[in-house]
Formats: sequence, structure tokens, C-alpha cells
Amino acid sequence: MALLEVENLTAVFHTEKGSNTAVDGVSLTLEAGEILGIVGESGSGKSVTAFSIMRLLREPGEIAAGSVVYNGTDLLSLNNRQMRKYRGREISMIFQEPLSSLNPIQSIGQQVMEPLFIHFRLNKVEAKERAIAMLKRVGIQDAEQRFDVYPHQLSGGLRQRVMIALTLVCEPKILIADEPTTALDVTIQAQILELLRELQAEFGMAIILITHDLGVIAEVAQRVCVMYAGEVVEIAPVDAIFDRTAHPYSAALINSIPNREIEVERLSAVAGSIPGPEEKRQGCLFATRCSFALPACSTTRQKIVSVAGGHKVACMRAEAGELPADMVLSLAERKHD
Amino acid sequence: MTEVLLEVRGLSKIFPITSGIIRRRQVGEIPAVDGVDLSIHKGETLALVGESGCGKSTTGRLLLGLLRPTSGKILYRGEDIASVSDEELRKLRSQFQMIFQDPFGSLNPRMKVLDLIAEPLKISGVAKAKRQERAMMLLKNVGLSVDHAQRYPHEFSGGQRQRIGIARALALDPQLIVADEPVSALDVSVQAQVINLLQDLQKDLGLTYLFISHDLGVVHHIADRIAVMYLGRIVEIASKRVLFDNPGHPYTQALLDAIPVSRPGQRHAREILSGDLPATSDHAVGCRFATRCRFKTDRCLKEEPVLRTIGAGQTAACHHVEQIQKGETPS
Repeated sequence: MALLEVENLTAVFHTEKGSNTAVDGVSLTLEAGEILGIVGESGSGKSVTAFSIMRLLREPGEIAAGSVVYNGTDLLSLNNRQMRKYRGREISMIFQEPLSSLNPIQSIGQQVMEPLFIHFRLNKVEAKERAIAMLKRVGIQDAEQRFDVYPHQLSGGLRQRVMIALTLVCEPKILIADEPTTALDVTIQAQILELLRELQAEFGMAIILITHDLGVIAEVAQRVCVMYAGEVVEIAPVDAIFDRTAHPYSAALINSIPNREIEVERLSAVAGSIPGPEEKRQGCLFATRCSFALPACSTTRQKIVSVAGGHKVACMRAEAGELPADMVLSLAERKHD
Repeated sequence: MTEVLLEVRGLSKIFPITSGIIRRRQVGEIPAVDGVDLSIHKGETLALVGESGCGKSTTGRLLLGLLRPTSGKILYRGEDIASVSDEELRKLRSQFQMIFQDPFGSLNPRMKVLDLIAEPLKISGVAKAKRQERAMMLLKNVGLSVDHAQRYPHEFSGGQRQRIGIARALALDPQLIVADEPVSALDVSVQAQVINLLQDLQKDLGLTYLFISHDLGVVHHIADRIAVMYLGRIVEIASKRVLFDNPGHPYTQALLDAIPVSRPGQRHAREILSGDLPATSDHAVGCRFATRCRFKTDRCLKEEPVLRTIGAGQTAACHHVEQIQKGETPS
């Protein structure tokens, strides 16, 4: 059995103009110790999925259906007090902007110790010792001296390290990282991704890495889940996503990224933009932008089906084997473009 | 070599750090841009890359005359923009335009699209009928339809808003466009549309771009030449091919190495640059990159390297380029 099983998760936002579906029937599994990447553009529902798993979705958002089973327990059936035992202890989350997720008026040492007081009831001396060890482990060498500094005194990269230290100090089984490197410069991004990889190998926790950047996915993920307009359109091992891409949207996403291994005159752009949450949800939501769409695509609701071992796709044409094998132009081919 | 459109010599901008509420006094200074030399050729795309705080946006603003430099010259067709009067600068400004990063913050939410695009024409005194006609044409040129003319910015997606920003920048037939992170706020599928549009317009109108970006993938696609900035200085300038195939400065190498791979099969162990970008105001002597450089020697700590030619169309500011490129460790 998988460590985490999300079944048919549906989240809606109630607005004055009616209810908008942000996450629509998402099902995915997370195995112990793996790195699962969730990739999608803004509005694809990837962050709402993460917030729903953590039960952090707030008004006007609401989980309308589904289950999130962790180690045999459906987290959605717990009351708030029971849920607090899981949050930070079993499942932890880091966010995109470390400055706004850290407490500005509490020293970083205090913040890293807090989960230890709550979950392990350690005394101050023990907690401080563990917090310093954790801060050192995430690359803050002079942790004793930095223990009493405040978040604003640190650079963006160091803040994200503090954030990682405080989420991992209780050694959770699952870490959800929501765009952890998006606000960082590229050389700092490389440092943080390397750190996450090392920590994952050392502590053996599973990571759900949410990003809009396929480069980050190609760099660290083992399996990938591609989301579009609130739905999962493809799930596969990372090599299969790039080499045996099954969904036209995944292919379009990969093709539209400028790439330094290849020279092309024009980038292959996808016409139009992602549908807004208030738009009607009927048939395949990518159909209006898809170059392989048939009239039936925009009226038939797409079911996610298995096309190979561990590879699932929500596209009736892919299921029928009607799509070309070379939707993603290989690097070699594009060189001669 | 084609005609030089804009030449920059020894450009510097120092921002004061002030303290005190009632009696403001200067307590320090930040040299955001510190002695930049550049030339931009007519019709080319010169990319300015670097991490946050390196001074790339300030450089862009200085070139447009949006900020006055502390010292240095900006020669546009022989005339020094840095020293002309405000009046003359206003006249010259129709030649330079800017495209901003944030398509949400840079358009007045109370103005209709047609008025937004026609505003620069109105300011320069074009008659109403004529400016509306031109605005309609621009709307079509950037891939929007005539139906969009009477709508407000909030009705558009990020990509469409960036198109409106581009149309507005084109209204006065500029020579040079400074595009400051024009696609960073956009999703990748939309980003490709806007990059293609910028390239089409350049071909049709003979535009010159200064393309400011931190995304080396996008830069690799769009640029002819690339200038790399670090802490207010240019550390390397080279044609795109040379810079990507044979980078000279250790910082350029580190930047290229930090780009995530494009396919999982290319994962490799890499030399990761340690440390953070130091504050610009901390720098005193020697090479600015020395604190993070794995090749640094005593000379680097004492003597600041200057930009020098190291190959055909490639200049870099590093004492030890030749040895580093050969794979030797300087001592």
C-alpha cells in the first residue's frame, strides 16, 4: 500500500458569482521515499491540491469530495485537533516565499524549536540542541551565532534553508514543497535542490514537489503528475513523461520551453490560454488549444486510464493509440530544424 | 559590423542610504551600477543577464533616461543622453521605449485598451483621428483583435496584457526597446507566444532590443549577444554561441552550470556555486566575485580585473581566464 493515497479529490471555491471548481477529481499516490513532481501552469490546481492534502484550505475554499488516506487514516475525516498531530509531524510543507511564511518577530531558532515543543514535548536544552543540529544540516554553518537572528536579517536562500530546517526537524514522512525555488536566483536554486535531494536520501522521506518549471522536474523528480485546469492529465515515471509523452498538453508544455541544447527559429507556442475557473467544465478542457482535438473531445469527459506500467493518461485519442509517437520533438531532431 | 546605436561608457549610478526621519542624513551608498561599458548595435538583441540585485534593471532605466547616472556617458547617435536637459530628453525619449515585467501593474486599470495604446501619441501631439487609427493598427500587429479596443485591462489574461504593453511601447516608432524581464511573469505556454511576437516585430520593424532577463534558456533563444552582470559590473560580454559553448568568466560558467537540465537523462554531478550574492555596498577592493570563486588567488583579492578581449567577440573581466579555460588551476 502506498504511503499516501489521494482519491477523487475535489475542491471548490464559493464566490458571489457561484462555485468554481479548482481541483476536479484528482487521484494520485505517493510511495514512501519517492520524489513526486506535480507540474502545471498557474491556475492548474497544483497548489490547491497540496493545501487540501494538508487540510489548509480556507474560506471560501472547501474540499467537496474525495479522500486523502495516509497510512490507513483518511485525513479528511479527522477533526482539527486530530489533524494537528499529523501536520508538521507526519506531513510538512514548505512554501514559495520564505519571508512571508516565517514569523517576522520571532528568531529563527525559536521557530525551528517550536515543532519540537509541540510534537515531542522536549525541554528547552534538548530542543535547542536538535534545532542547532538541524540548522547545521541544512547548511547554516554558524548556527549557534545565527540562532537568535530574525528572518529579515537573512538572504532569500538562507531563509529557505531555515524553512526547510523547521519543516524537517520532526522528521516527517512526507514533505510537500510548493514552488520552493521559484523566488530564488538560479545559482541558489541549484543549492536548494541539491540540499533537498541530499536530505531525502538521508531521512528517507517522500517529497511532493510542486513546480511550474519542467527543468526542476527533470532535475529531481522520480515520478511526475501533470495537471491542467484542475485535473490530472498524465502521471508517469519521469523518463516516460519526456521520452514517451502521452498527453498532447504535456508535449506542448515540453516543446514550448526554450532550450539551450537546440536552435530553433521559432518556439512552438500553444495558442490561447488556460481556461479560468469560472468557465464551463465540459469534455476535455485542453481541447480548444489542442492540435489533435476531434469534435468529440470537447463533449466527452476524459477518464484517466493506464497506457503502460505506471503510466496513466486522460486523453481518449492517446488511449486509442491515435496520437503520433513524436509529439515531443527530440533534442536531436530539433537541432536540424 | 553594423552601426552602433547606443554606446555606454563608464556608466555608474550610486544610490544613497539615508537614515533619520526628521533630519535625513546619508549614512552610506550603494553603487548599483559601477562603471559599465556597453555598445548596442542597430537591429541586434543584446541580453543583459544576472541574478537579482546585480544592477541589470538599473542599467536599463539609466539607458532610457528614467534615472540620471552619477557618472558616465550614454551616447545615442553621438549625443550624450546623460547630459542633455530634461526638455531635450523628453524629445529623445520617443526613440526609446520600455516593456515591463509585470503586465498587471504597468497598465492603468481605468483606461480602455485603445486609450492606453494611443496615450503616447496623445502626449506627442498626434491628432485624435490619426492616433486612433494607429492604435487600431498596433492592436492588430500584436495579435489582438479590434473587438478588444474598448475593453479594460482586467478583462485580459497575462499574455494578452503583455501584448498591450508591447503595442504601447511601439506606438511612437522607437529605435530601441528595453524589455525588462518581459516574460518572467507568464506561464511557459504563453511565454513562447510573446517571445515569438517580439522576434516577429524585430524582423518587421528593424527594432533593437536590450533584453534584461535572469532566464538563460529564454536568452539563449532570443539573444545575439549576451552581457553578464555581477554586483554592478559587467563580467563578460560575448556572442551567444561563444558564451554558451566556451564561457570565459568563472561566474558565467557557474550560471550556465546552475541551469536545470532539460531532460532527466542529462542529470549530472555539478560544481555548485557556494554562498550568496554579497551586498553591493560591502565591496572594497579586488574582484567582486572572489568571495564565491573557486579559482581565486591573492591577486584577485587585491586587484580588480578589467574587461579585456579574450577571443573573437568575447571580453571578460577575470585575471585568470586563459588558465581556467584550459582547465588549469591558477596559482
